[in-house]
Amino acid sequence: MLMGLFNYWIVVVLMMIGLYIVIAHGNLIKKIIGLTIFQTSVFIFYISMAKVDGGTAPILADDTIQYSNPLPHVLILTAIVVGIATTAMALSLVVRIKEAYGSIEEEEIQQQDNQIQEDKQEGKQA
Amino acid sequence: MLLTFLLVVAIAIIRMKDLFAVVMLAGIYGLLSASFFVVMDAVDVAFTEAAVGAGISTLLMLVVIAMTGHAEKTTRHKPLLALLVVTITGGLLIYGTLDMPYFGSADAPIHNHVAPRYINDSIQEIGVPNIVTSVLASYRAFDTFGEVVVIFTAGIGVLALLSITRRPEDDDNIGSFNDSLNEQHLVVRIVSKMLIPFILLFALYVQFHGDYGSGGGFQAGVIFASAIILYAMLFGLNIARKVINQPFFQFISAIGVLLYGSVGLASMLSGGNFFDYNVLSNDHITGQHLGILLIELGVGCTVASVMIIIFFNFAGQRGMQQDNEKEHHKNKELS
Amino acid sequence: MDIVVTISSGLCLFIGSFLCVSGSIGVLRFPDFYTRMHAASVTDTLGTGMILVGLMILSPDLLIFAKLVMIQLLTLLIGPTASHVLAKAAWYNGLTPKLSPNVIDQNKHKETTSSNP
Repeated sequence: MLMGLFNYWIVVVLMMIGLYIVIAHGNLIKKIIGLTIFQTSVFIFYISMAKVDGGTAPILADDTIQYSNPLPHVLILTAIVVGIATTAMALSLVVRIKEAYGSIEEEEIQQQDNQIQEDKQEGKQA
Repeated sequence: MLLTFLLVVAIAIIRMKDLFAVVMLAGIYGLLSASFFVVMDAVDVAFTEAAVGAGISTLLMLVVIAMTGHAEKTTRHKPLLALLVVTITGGLLIYGTLDMPYFGSADAPIHNHVAPRYINDSIQEIGVPNIVTSVLASYRAFDTFGEVVVIFTAGIGVLALLSITRRPEDDDNIGSFNDSLNEQHLVVRIVSKMLIPFILLFALYVQFHGDYGSGGGFQAGVIFASAIILYAMLFGLNIARKVINQPFFQFISAIGVLLYGSVGLASMLSGGNFFDYNVLSNDHITGQHLGILLIELGVGCTVASVMIIIFFNFAGQRGMQQDNEKEHHKNKELS
Repeated sequence: MDIVVTISSGLCLFIGSFLCVSGSIGVLRFPDFYTRMHAASVTDTLGTGMILVGLMILSPDLLIFAKLVMIQLLTLLIGPTASHVLAKAAWYNGLTPKLSPNVIDQNKHKETTSSNP
C-alpha cells in the first residue's frame, strides 16, 4: 500500500508545507511562494491520478494502444495559467503595499494600521 | 525519486531567510515539478509548467524583490498553533487518501466515464492527433475562454496598479546610456542577438504545431513573451519601449480575447451552438481545424501581450524607484 | 557493427554522467564562488554534450539526429554565456575572489558600477 499511495502522501505533505508557509510566516513574498507551492502540489496530485500503467502521452500515434487520461491534463493547463495570473496580481499588490506602508512584514503593517485607527479616534474626540 | 527532491526543496524554502535564495528555490521547485510531469506522460502540462513556473514566475518575483528588499525578519514567537492546524489537516487528508485507487491502476473511476469517449472518438469528430488540444480547444472550449479572460483581467489589474506615465526627458539620455552598456555586456548581447529570432520562430512553431505535438497557444505566448523580455533586459527598458510599443500590445491582448469570442459568435450566427465548430465550414473536420486554429491564435496573442505588459510595468516601476533614489542622492549632495 | 555502436554510445553516456556528478561534487567542495562557477559551467556543458553525442550515435533516423544536433548547438551556445553573465554580475557587484595571502590583489574593486535594470 505504501508504494501504491506514496505519490498522494507526498502531495499531502507538500500541501501542508505550503499551508504552513502561508499561515506562519509574516513576510508577504514568502506567503506568495507558499501559495505557489500549495498550487503546484495540487497539480502533482491531479497528474498522478491521470497516469495509467503502461500508457503513453495522450497524442495519437499508430503503434500505441493505451493512453494516459487527457482530461486532468486539460484542467491543470488552465490551472497553471490562472495561477500565474493570480501570482502576478499578488506581486503587484505587494509592490503597492511597500510603497504605502514602507515594509512588507505583516506585523509592521498591522501596527501601522492600528496606529492610524488610534490617531483617527483621537482626532475625532479632540 | 523526483518527489523526494521536491520535498527537500520545499523544506529548504521554509527554513531560509534570504528571499533571493527562496525565489531561486521556487524556480527549482517549478522545474522539478515540470520534470515530474514528463515522467507522468503529461507533456503539454510539463511544457507549460517549465515555461511559466520556472521562467516567468521566477523572473517576476526577482523584479519584485529588487524593489522590496532581500531579507525576511525573524519572528520572535514560535508558531505552535500553525503547526497544530497543519498536522491535523494533513492527518485528515491522509486518512482521506486511504480509499483512493492505487497509483496507475487502469480501472480507476476517472478512466471510465468521459475519458474513453475523448480518446476513442476524438480522431473522427475533430481529426487532431493531440487529444489534449482537442479537449482544450473544442470539447471544453468554453472553459478555455474563461481562462483567457482571467489572464486578460490580470493584465488589466497590473496596469491599474502599476502603470506609470513616461516623462519625455527620459528619451534624451538614451544615446550615452547605450554606449556605456555596450562594453559591459558585449558577449551576452551578441549571443542573444543570434538567439532571439530563433526563439520567436520557435514560439510560432509551437503555436501552429499544437495540433500534432505538444504545444498550443499558452506555451507559444509565454515563449514569445520571454524572447521580448530577454531583449528588454539586455538593451535597457527605454530602448525596448521604443521598439515594443506598449499601447500596441494592450490593443493586441484585447484583440485576442475578442477573436476568441467572435469565433463562438460566428458559429452561433451560422446556426450551431456557441463554440460549435462543425458549422463553420462545409466539412466538419475543416470546420474544427479552422475553429481550433483561430482560438489558439487568440489565446497566443492574449497570453504573449499580457506577459509583456506585466513585465514592462514591473520593470518600469523599478526604474522609477531607481530614478527617485538617484535624485535623492543628488539633492543630498547639493544641500 | 552493432556492438561498436552500443559500446561507444554507452561510453559517451557514462563519461557524460560522470562529468555531471563530478561537477556537482566540485560545487559542494570548492571554497569560493568563482571556482564553483568554473566547476559547474565547464563540467555541465561538456557533460551534457557527451550525453547528447551518445544519444546521437544511437538515433534510428535522420530526423532525430538533426534535432539532437540542434539541441547540442544551443547548449554549447547558451551554457557558457549564462555562466559568463553570472560571473560578470558577481564581479561588478563587488564579490572578490578568495586569493592566497601573499598575492597582492591589484584589481580590488572599491566601488560598484550601476547595475542594468
